[in-house]
Amino acid sequence: MTTTVVQQEGPAAVTPAPTVGDHVRSYVARVRGGDLGSLPAVIGLVVLCLVFAIVRPVFFSAANFANLFTQGAAVTVIAMGLIFVLLLGEIDLSAGFASGVCAAILANVVTVLGYPWYVAVLAALATGVVIGLTLGFLVAKVGIPSFVVTLAGFLAFQGVVLLLMKEGTNISISDGVIVGIENDRIPPAIGWLLAAVAVLGYAAAQLLRHRNRVTRGLITDPVVVVLARIAGLAVLIGLAVLVLNQERSINPLITSNKGMPVVVPIIGVLLVFWTFVLNRTAYGRHLYAVGGNQEAARRAGINVDRIKISAFVICSAMAAIGGIIAASKDRSVDPNTGGSNVLLYAVGAAVIGGTSLFGGKGRMINAVLGGAVVAVIINGMGLLDLSSGLKYIFTGLVLLLAAGVDALSRRRSAATGTR
Amino acid sequence: MSATPLLELRGIDKSFGPVQVLRDVALSAHPGEVTALVGDNGAGKSTLVKCISGIYPTDAGEFLFEGRPVHINNPRDAAALGIEVVYQDLALCDNLDIVQNMFLGREKRSGIVLDEPTMEQMAAETLAGLSVRTVKSLRQHVSSLSGGQRQTVAIAKAVLWNSKLVILDEPTAALGVAQTAQVLELVRRLADKGLAVVLISHNMNDVFAVSDRIAALYLGQMVAQVKTTDITHSQVVELITAGRSGNLGLRAESGNGSEPADATPGALR
Repeated sequence: MTTTVVQQEGPAAVTPAPTVGDHVRSYVARVRGGDLGSLPAVIGLVVLCLVFAIVRPVFFSAANFANLFTQGAAVTVIAMGLIFVLLLGEIDLSAGFASGVCAAILANVVTVLGYPWYVAVLAALATGVVIGLTLGFLVAKVGIPSFVVTLAGFLAFQGVVLLLMKEGTNISISDGVIVGIENDRIPPAIGWLLAAVAVLGYAAAQLLRHRNRVTRGLITDPVVVVLARIAGLAVLIGLAVLVLNQERSINPLITSNKGMPVVVPIIGVLLVFWTFVLNRTAYGRHLYAVGGNQEAARRAGINVDRIKISAFVICSAMAAIGGIIAASKDRSVDPNTGGSNVLLYAVGAAVIGGTSLFGGKGRMINAVLGGAVVAVIINGMGLLDLSSGLKYIFTGLVLLLAAGVDALSRRRSAATGTR
Repeated sequence: MSATPLLELRGIDKSFGPVQVLRDVALSAHPGEVTALVGDNGAGKSTLVKCISGIYPTDAGEFLFEGRPVHINNPRDAAALGIEVVYQDLALCDNLDIVQNMFLGREKRSGIVLDEPTMEQMAAETLAGLSVRTVKSLRQHVSSLSGGQRQTVAIAKAVLWNSKLVILDEPTAALGVAQTAQVLELVRRLADKGLAVVLISHNMNDVFAVSDRIAALYLGQMVAQVKTTDITHSQVVELITAGRSGNLGLRAESGNGSEPADATPGALR
């Protein structure tokens, strides 16, 4: 049935429609040409999971699977924001402590001042936006390199957190909604409903796009490939929901613990929204253009400064969301929230996922895949009871490996003329 | 020669501080013709192009577009009139595909969503209209294209917007023999479609291969604008290097005598 559809496309298109074989071959050619995309992250994820599962079988338990999501959530969200800055070939070293500042604002507003949770969340987001505007202005309008601006921010925001925390005390958060982000679970039935909505939405978008292109006589991916993509997503989401809906509590009669953590659909919505912005809007196109060739973008009439400032605003606002999630996870905010290696984990997540440090290349899904790798590393090393010295060394090596893969694939694409 | 020129410049002056770069320059570009703009380094070719495309304001002079006087104050004015400039370099984003590059900054949308199918169709039609068959897929990244193909995409990008005048800044400077031929053929086809084309080039072979008229700049002055068939190779070289050739160009006594020394940034020979 599907083959007849493929044959019907032939005469309408300028060149014959690609077959499934062509599709696979062109993918292999792209990978060999240095366009690895998220492949290293996927391979790394599988290898790490296998290693940890063999050494510590508890790694593959349903409870631990749910832990991966709550442990990786904050880093993943901060990485999503960082991708906007990385796409421009810039860097934001202050994103970690920016999330700390926003979390401190959140804690002060909701606990110390006693306002409702939504006021606190809005205050945290507004803080993120102001931080992003400041950083973006200094980089785009004043012309200070982003490395220096955000390094200054890295130091200064650390101090701001200390001041907001009254020199080192921590503020606990008891608001149910904010704590619930990381600690509450969605009832299994609603989990399945959300999964169905996600898969059906993806399928509808893919099939509509395919039909639109076929009727206009444009070259399309074979139907089989489109259907395979939809089926693949359905299987992945289905398995994840199935595992997350298992009972994780040791004694279910006292407290039941099943269903996906609330943060999972939040990350899903952020992923879909930002992917849409990057791939389907003129703004996203201009962001890639500025990252690819700033001068060409300027000559095409794109306001380069505005694009740069907006990227820093999005980055810091996402850092604010990351800070809120971190505060929710710990049920409190202390001077170390967003500190230590949060930023390096987030940059690592983006780069491991396949976003280039050289600008112009990257997708939102990179943050999720890279965030998963980082979460697995943190989680697995915790299970192995490694000393913290070894943990730092191992994490550093993984980050170096990811950046090395990025640099080498870039050299290879320069050699073969593809990117 | 018969119809009004599409673009006519009269008495253009342009100074940067004390340095006068263009003095009393006249230039006309006719629809359906390729006008080659030649001159040595520092003769003012790039400045003249930037004045036409609205990047630099002029100090004095008249712009006539389709016989009407116009004022071009910024690149947007030029684009609105239908003037497009194809720069030698820096014009395309390597990490975007052909369609994305052709519509960069002027994307078609339906609502807030990019209208990719429409853009892809328009790009395909434009390339087909220019008889371009060298690109495999419109969705390949520009980084995978050869120099000639990139130049083709840059030119097609300029044509996409129903432009009337296309200015090409040394389009063949970095290309090999076969690719140069490819691009020159495309330049000729643009003129045959009825566009006015201004071609800046250092290469006399290119100039004589495609141009209908040759305009020679010498130290900021337009020394001659003649039909390509009325002039020889060596005469053009003399115009470029000495500002005159036989009865063409600057008159002998006024030629060098009236030149202030500080207005000659470009070396001659």
